Amino acid sequence: MSESVVRVRDLHTRLGGAWIHRGLDLDIARGEVVALVGGSGSGKTTLLRELIGLGTASRGSVELFGQPLASPDPIAARALRRRFGVLFQHGALFSAFSVYDNIAFPMRELQLLDEDLIRELVLLKLAMVELQPRHAPLMPAELSGGMVKRVALARALALEPELLLLDEPTAGLDPDRSAAFVHLVKLLHEQLGLTVVFVTHDLDTLAALATRVAVLAEKRILAHGSLDEIVTMDHPFIRNFFAPGMRVRGPH
Amino acid sequence: MLVSASIQMLNVPGEGEALAKVAGAWTLAGLSADMPRLLAELRSAAASASAWNLDDLQALDSVGAIMLWRAWGYHLPAQISMDGATRAWFERLERYGVGPRAVPPPESPLAPLMRLGGRVLAFGRQLVDVAWLLGQLALDVLHLARHPSDIPFAETSANVYKAGVQAMPVTALVGFLIGVVLSYLSALQLSNFGADQYIVNILGIGIVRELGPLLVAVLVAGRSGSAMTAQLGVMRVTEEIDALAAMGISRTLRLVLPKVAALVLAMPLLVVWTSTVALFGGMLAAQVQLDLDMGFFVATLPRVVPSVNLYIGAVKGVVFGLIIALTACHFGLRVRPNTESLAANTTTSVVAAITLVIFADSLIAIATRGVGILR
Repeated sequence: MSESVVRVRDLHTRLGGAWIHRGLDLDIARGEVVALVGGSGSGKTTLLRELIGLGTASRGSVELFGQPLASPDPIAARALRRRFGVLFQHGALFSAFSVYDNIAFPMRELQLLDEDLIRELVLLKLAMVELQPRHAPLMPAELSGGMVKRVALARALALEPELLLLDEPTAGLDPDRSAAFVHLVKLLHEQLGLTVVFVTHDLDTLAALATRVAVLAEKRILAHGSLDEIVTMDHPFIRNFFAPGMRVRGPH
Repeated sequence: MLVSASIQMLNVPGEGEALAKVAGAWTLAGLSADMPRLLAELRSAAASASAWNLDDLQALDSVGAIMLWRAWGYHLPAQISMDGATRAWFERLERYGVGPRAVPPPESPLAPLMRLGGRVLAFGRQLVDVAWLLGQLALDVLHLARHPSDIPFAETSANVYKAGVQAMPVTALVGFLIGVVLSYLSALQLSNFGADQYIVNILGIGIVRELGPLLVAVLVAGRSGSAMTAQLGVMRVTEEIDALAAMGISRTLRLVLPKVAALVLAMPLLVVWTSTVALFGGMLAAQVQLDLDMGFFVATLPRVVPSVNLYIGAVKGVVFGLIIALTACHFGLRVRPNTESLAANTTTSVVAAITLVIFADSLIAIATRGVGILR
């Protein structure tokens, strides 16, 4: 079970004349829930975007499921992209589509499923993220912040991904909603056996969800291990990051 | 390595029962290779099988689970053998209430009438909105008359520059070309009658009074009207208009009024500019085609085109500018926070502005039919 879902080697990224990553290595095994933490501007979101092929590194390689993202064959590239789902920080729901159509969109793009099956799948995904069928006809503009995240999560889950990437999943949610959202992701992880990579600033989210933590600092992955291992490390950034109100309570 | 999905009918000897054996990876990836065949096989298996065996199932996701669930008629078959994780899937489906589609209620026979009524009401609401916008603008002007320090000079001047000065090259180019075309076409007809010199009358009246204002209006509606609608629309989408309102700044005063004022100021000037360039184009073409001296053209023009035509053209510019800016702002403020609405309102804004301009143009033409034309 030690197959790497994500494998980053010697990644260098240069943005606006400054090095964001220099010699970054990262391995994420199947079934892990990895939190990517780091200071503001440390390149967490940039790394996440490079993992999903939205940004290109200046040097180095990124492989998902053992395959490079940039494939000369568009069919293979698309097939690889269907194996992961992304939850963008602000949801990135299609504003012209209803909740139903947002979730149905990737399924229809497959051109494989009939409309009845899609309908049942959409209702199932909605139920999975604890939304009601009556929410299906709503437009994204009519949703609250927490609901936008749930719908976006349902859309990310639409094509049965093996890998789920979350950018700041609980940013902008109040503590109650953020705890509920974390619980939801955790439940989905258990039910579907997903590999989850998420970027966060929130220590509560981190402690509740992550099985492993990757610390991004000094332009590379400074440390990668379980939360207990990380917090005992003696490094100024890690001390500062985990110092305020650290709840030394592992995820298990 | 996962084996792709399969379904197999086994006849249990002696008991006369058919056992359906489901095996492989019933996931989106595993099913996608041969979806239609599997669906057909599943349907026929569901019709004949009395017992199900899912022990060799290697993987299951919601697509596979729902396909099986649907084939079973949304409940578990009486005789089924499967492991706990698979059972958990179907229990979840049952808990989430995944079931057949509810039949939509039949459409009322009055539905077309109701749709028509809805459209009429929507149109009525738009008229109310326009009236509200006009009223608010009037109040704003009154307010500014009493508090001149609130006049948004900077915004107005920025809009005059964007909608007026920056439109000069394109209106000049289009005006010049239309002048040339008009002159060529008229010259061919006129020379048949030996009435060459009347080209000055035709171009003068036609361009100054009619074509100049209309050309500018169409160009400005397409160029600035759409930009205004899109700008206000995006400001609505990003809640910038709400932010302004929260700061106690009137959106009509700061956003709508400067646009209206700018177009009312800039349009007559653009009309004069475009008409001049178009006349120049016509004059050049007349020189080439009819060998009509430019000095003669310039000397004859004020004689055959009374100066009141220039005023009519300028007034048309003011009216058209008012129509374009108001239409653009009206539709901009109607944009709802989604991309579809932004696109639809921008299109409608330009189409409505041009239609209204031509409508107003015909009204003005009828009202001024006895003015400024030599008989």
